[in-house]
Amino acid sequence: MHVNTFDRYESRQSAIHQLDPRVKVVVTVLFIVANALLPDGAWLAFLAAWALLLFVSGAAQIGLGWLLKRSLIVGPFLLAAVTVVFTLPGNGLAQWQLGPWTLVPTDAGLLRFVSIFIRSWLSVQMAILLTATTQFPDLIHALHHLRVPNVLVSIISFMYRYLFELANEAGRLLRARESRSAAGVNGRSSSGGSLFWRAKIAGHMVGQLLLRSFERSDRVYNAMVARGYNGRLLTMNPHHMKSSDWQLGGVGVVAILLIQLVARL
Amino acid sequence: MNETTPTLLVNDLRFSYPDGHQALNGVDVVIRRGEKVALVGPNGAGKSTLILHLNGILNGGEQVQIAGMPTTRKNLPQIRAKVGLVFQNPDDQLFSPTVFEDVAFGPLHMGLPEDEVRRRVGYALAQVGMGDFAGRLSHHLSIGQKKRIAIATVLSMDPEILVLDEPSAGLDPRARRALINLLDELPLTMLVSTHDMLMVRELFPRMIIMDEGRVVADGKTAVLLEDTTLLESHGLEKP
Ligand SMILES: Nc1ncnc2c1ncn2[C@@H]1O[C@H](COP(=O)(O)OP(=O)(O)O)[C@@H](O)[C@H]1O
Ligand SMILES: [Mg+2]
Repeated sequence: MHVNTFDRYESRQSAIHQLDPRVKVVVTVLFIVANALLPDGAWLAFLAAWALLLFVSGAAQIGLGWLLKRSLIVGPFLLAAVTVVFTLPGNGLAQWQLGPWTLVPTDAGLLRFVSIFIRSWLSVQMAILLTATTQFPDLIHALHHLRVPNVLVSIISFMYRYLFELANEAGRLLRARESRSAAGVNGRSSSGGSLFWRAKIAGHMVGQLLLRSFERSDRVYNAMVARGYNGRLLTMNPHHMKSSDWQLGGVGVVAILLIQLVARL
Repeated sequence: MNETTPTLLVNDLRFSYPDGHQALNGVDVVIRRGEKVALVGPNGAGKSTLILHLNGILNGGEQVQIAGMPTTRKNLPQIRAKVGLVFQNPDDQLFSPTVFEDVAFGPLHMGLPEDEVRRRVGYALAQVGMGDFAGRLSHHLSIGQKKRIAIATVLSMDPEILVLDEPSAGLDPRARRALINLLDELPLTMLVSTHDMLMVRELFPRMIIMDEGRVVADGKTAVLLEDTTLLESHGLEKP
């Protein structure tokens, strides 16, 4: 078993890949915040933001189809926003009878929903571009050298390193369970035992995982101490801002400001 | 420190775990500069417990001395730079996202300047034959590669003595062979705990047998390996 949750890096030799990760993190966060600030129905600004996104993905040599497929993960989250279509006061567009309830979609609600949809979809794509063009360890460095608190950065770093081990361990436990839960003599219950039995085993497994992780954290801490760790985690900054980093970062920030301007004209 | 100061001196070391189990019952070990020594004995003999004392993870105080320096709290930063401890499971040893960061961890926390850290990382990786792996992600390596990198993480600290806990456990024959050749070539004082008696015979002129928290034999490997009664009474086999 292997998890690739964090390994979304798409190796290319583009200018975007080579950009200092700090610039990428700052521009991405700015883009997302600025997006959230765009008013409903600012179609021209949405279009401009999308153009910026297309420009970046083009420069990064990341295919649109690939990006689109990845961006589908916003779907489930958008469901939460569907209710605004019916709850926002405005002119009713139709009347749907749903059992005892009458649903009235309003024009204002629809406008709000479509705007939310576009904003989150654009933001998610930019975040996907960030992880596709930056190795995860570089992201961690960027956070560290952008002065994100040390504890947070360490947690992200260890999570990245040990999520794989945890998943492997879970996989081993699952296999051990499967190999011991043969079907009964009469051939019933292929996955072994009653629901209650399986729930009990699952509980044990979670407990096991917790215990093993706890013991591992002890050993990892020993290994850190053995190499001189004394409570202050030091890392080297492998990146140096070049003039092209400043320039491209500047272009990104100006573009984001222009989009805000377009929305408010 | 003069020429006769041993690199490692353990004098009547006793230790019980918090649950009351007496894991070390008076251990004496002397290792001189340049010696390569095997540490063998059945599971539970106390090998790992002894090893944890060598750089003060478990506190041995004056009972343990590295190049003449007792492992007291005040000395621990220097002791840790002198003792290169490699744990059994490389996944515990390699805790950083990339190979470079893991090998740089020791020198960086010793307070060395960045240029020197970079130089040492390059040198340590070259020594274990993994010069091209600096940028790789640790969790994508094979177990054999992880073991070599784990050794590099302490070579970069330029230690006086290299201490390995069961380095050949879990390796396939080729990875094991590569490891043996590597240990053979490294010009360092070494103490290596292992169950791999073939490796002991091939690599280590001297061997220490531990059982039930004591050193029960310490001498020339060639001689001890002929003493089948001794080996069998401590759960060992002649290779
Ligand atoms: N954390 C611990 N707590 C309590 N007892 C332990 C702990 N670690 C090891 N022991 C016990 O100490 C003894 C020596 O263990 P260890 O040093 O790991 O032996 P070896 O490495 O030779 O197999 C064993 O009996 C073991 O059960
Ligand atoms: Mg052990």
